[in-house]
Amino acid sequence: MSTTQEKPMTLKSLSHKQDLLSGGHRMCSGCGAPTIVRQVLLAIDEPVVIANATGCLEVSTCLFPYTAWRVPWMHSAFENAAATASGIETMYRSLRKQGKLKKEMKFIAFGGDGGTYDIGFQALSGAMERGHQLLYICYDNGAYMNTGIQRSSATPFGADTTTQPAGSKIQGKTQRRKDLTRIMAAHNVAYAAQASPHNWKDLMTKVKKALATNGPAYMGIVAPCNRGWRTQTNDSILLSRLAVDTCYWPLYEVEGGKWTINYDPKDKKKPVTEWLKPQGRFKHLFAPGNEGLLERFQKYVDQDWESLKKLQEMSKS
Amino acid sequence: MKQMNWKELPHAGTILKAGNANEYKTGSWRSLKPRWIEENCIQCLFCWIYCPDSAVMVKDEKMTGFDYDHCKGCGVCAMECPGKKGSKAIVMEEEGK
Repeated sequence: MSTTQEKPMTLKSLSHKQDLLSGGHRMCSGCGAPTIVRQVLLAIDEPVVIANATGCLEVSTCLFPYTAWRVPWMHSAFENAAATASGIETMYRSLRKQGKLKKEMKFIAFGGDGGTYDIGFQALSGAMERGHQLLYICYDNGAYMNTGIQRSSATPFGADTTTQPAGSKIQGKTQRRKDLTRIMAAHNVAYAAQASPHNWKDLMTKVKKALATNGPAYMGIVAPCNRGWRTQTNDSILLSRLAVDTCYWPLYEVEGGKWTINYDPKDKKKPVTEWLKPQGRFKHLFAPGNEGLLERFQKYVDQDWESLKKLQEMSKS
Repeated sequence: MKQMNWKELPHAGTILKAGNANEYKTGSWRSLKPRWIEENCIQCLFCWIYCPDSAVMVKDEKMTGFDYDHCKGCGVCAMECPGKKGSKAIVMEEEGK
């Protein structure tokens, strides 16, 4: 079906490709993750093999005897999507060397933030350090949504989760989130980037770039979750756009040590409350007496954004 | 789908038919139903690229309607639809009306 390689990437040209994630999967209505997966798979022209960490995406797209994937797909455990993908990629390189495989293939591992930031972290770090030709994609919804909204190290400051609920003692998560994209960049990987499904063109361009490096690559993609974020089913794209416009989730890439911000809202940068307000998990932050927490959230976002701009400035040459 | 016994199960529990989730209908989850108003449609295909359920049908670069067997009625398409002159080309309506 792929006749679109030479044409510029437009939705019209992409629409000729077959969707490699079928309908009929059991992800929640309005989930951000399957939109991300569809966009990622539409960006690829070569045959691709997927390894999937345990998580919403894994359990809901592959309920035996059904699978929504139209590409080879493998799940083994929660913590080892990166190791699984490393093994598949190593076997591929060996078969190529032996002349038993001629085709060029690509390898992607998908994980949620729980399977990436926490449980799969050492496998991911190892795979990136060993330099496998694979792209690890974390769809980041900021908690263990699959098992009932437990906090993860990707959960934003102040968010209400079932393991750090907002109440009389604490106001949601008391710690800051871990910045995994920067940690991955610190592995000196070939390519690391952050993307958002609202900007499909940026996301797909990054997938293409990441796979073209033929080295270890990492992408963090913000994935709104209406169950865990306590929002409506129809606002996943809206919220991913707001996450970028408020600079909570800046779009940037790190290529060979060079940091590039792909979208700078400049004077259109919105206060982070615009992203927080529609989400029920931050409702308590808007209660009287919690103004300081909102200020702190804004301060964290501003700090990260300013340091990102400095990194871009410093790596210019 | 017919239940399989252990002798009939594929080795290691693999699923050999790619994308067979398509045979499973999730349309019954829906409480709101998207309705396409063709005269307001500018064929931007935003509904198609943002649909989480691969339920927007496109043929020859044009949106042709919804796959109601799989659409869960989330309403992302209606939300993102720019429409024409302020009139949306996708509206959500209560199911069964």
